[in-house]
Amino acid sequence: MWQLLYDELKDHNFMVVAVAEESRGAEHARPWIEQAKATYWCLIDTDHRVADLFGMVNVPQSVWIDEAGRVVRPAETAGSTDHFRRMDLATRTMSPDDQAARQAARTAYLDAVRDWVRTGRYALPADAARRKQPRITADIALAHAHFRLGVWLRRQGRRAEADRHLAEASRLHPESWNMWRQAADLEAVGKASGPEFWARVQALGDKPYYPPPDLPGFGR
Amino acid sequence: MTTVLNDAGEHAVAATEGGLWLSASDAERVTGWALKPEGMCRDDACVPLPAAALRAGKVDVAAFWERLGNPVLHDAAGATWVLGTGAEARNDALADLVAPDFSLPDLSGVPHALSALRGRKVFLATWASW
Repeated sequence: MWQLLYDELKDHNFMVVAVAEESRGAEHARPWIEQAKATYWCLIDTDHRVADLFGMVNVPQSVWIDEAGRVVRPAETAGSTDHFRRMDLATRTMSPDDQAARQAARTAYLDAVRDWVRTGRYALPADAARRKQPRITADIALAHAHFRLGVWLRRQGRRAEADRHLAEASRLHPESWNMWRQAADLEAVGKASGPEFWARVQALGDKPYYPPPDLPGFGR
Repeated sequence: MTTVLNDAGEHAVAATEGGLWLSASDAERVTGWALKPEGMCRDDACVPLPAAALRAGKVDVAAFWERLGNPVLHDAAGATWVLGTGAEARNDALADLVAPDFSLPDLSGVPHALSALRGRKVFLATWASW
C-alpha cells in the first residue's frame, strides 16, 4: 500500500517506516512484505513496542514525524474506514458504494501525506499536536507490561501462563484492538478476525472502529 | 539466571532469590541508574533509596522501579521480570513531541533506528498480518 507513495516521494527527503506488530515473528510478516516489493523500511515489532511508545491501539495507525524528529501528527487511523463493518459476512463483500467510499478515503489520505511531504501542509502546530496525543493511564501502562510478559512467555512455550497476562492486558486496556487481536492470533491464526472479533466490533455500536483522522475527505 | 525485560531490551542478570535484588553494576546496566551514597542517580538526578531497598551491597530494583512510578511484573517463578514504563513518563514523552527512538529488526534481522532518519520526514505506519 505504501510503495507507490514512497516511489513518488523518496527524492523529497522522505522515508516510510512500516512496522509489523507481529508477535509470532518475522516469518508471519514476510509474505506481505515480499509481495509488496517494499524498498522502504519494513520492521518487525514482536513486542508491539511502537504501539506502546506512541500510544497506538489499532492497525493501521500512523505518526507523521518531521525533519527535526518531532511528531507533527500523533497516532491516527492511516487511511482505513469503517465501511467493512457493513460487509456481507457470508460473501465477505462490500456494496459497490461502500467500496467506492472506502477507496476515496484511502486516496484522500494518501493525498494528504503527499501534500505534507511536498509542502508541509497538515503538519499540526505544537499545541495542537500535543492536544491530540493519546493520554496514557496507569492501567494502560500496566497493560503494556502484562502484554510484554505474555508475549515473552508465549515465546518460551508457556502458553497458559502467557495467556493469563495477555488477557489481563486486554482487560486493563480494552480500547487496544492490537492487544486483543494479537492475543487471539497467538491462540490460533485466524481467530483475530473470527466470530469473536466481529462480536466485539458489533459491541462498539455507534463508536468507530477506525476513528477518522481530522483531514479532508473524512467527513468531520 | 533471571531475565529482565524493559524498554532497552532483554537482560540476563544474577538475582538473589525472593525478589529482584541486583548488584549495583547489574542495576545500572539494566536501569541506567547508578547506586551512589545519595541514592540511585542518572545524569544530574538522584532518587533516595529507602534503607530497606539496599542489602549487602545489592539493590531491590523492583522496589526502586516502582518508586519511580513504573509498573513491575514477574512470572510465576519469579525468574522473569518486566520493568515497565509508567503513565507519567509516557505522557511526558508524548507531550514533548520528540518522537521516541526505537530500534527494530528488518526481515533479515538487521536493526534500524528511527533516529537514523533525522533530517527526513518520516511516515511511520503500523500494520499486521492478523
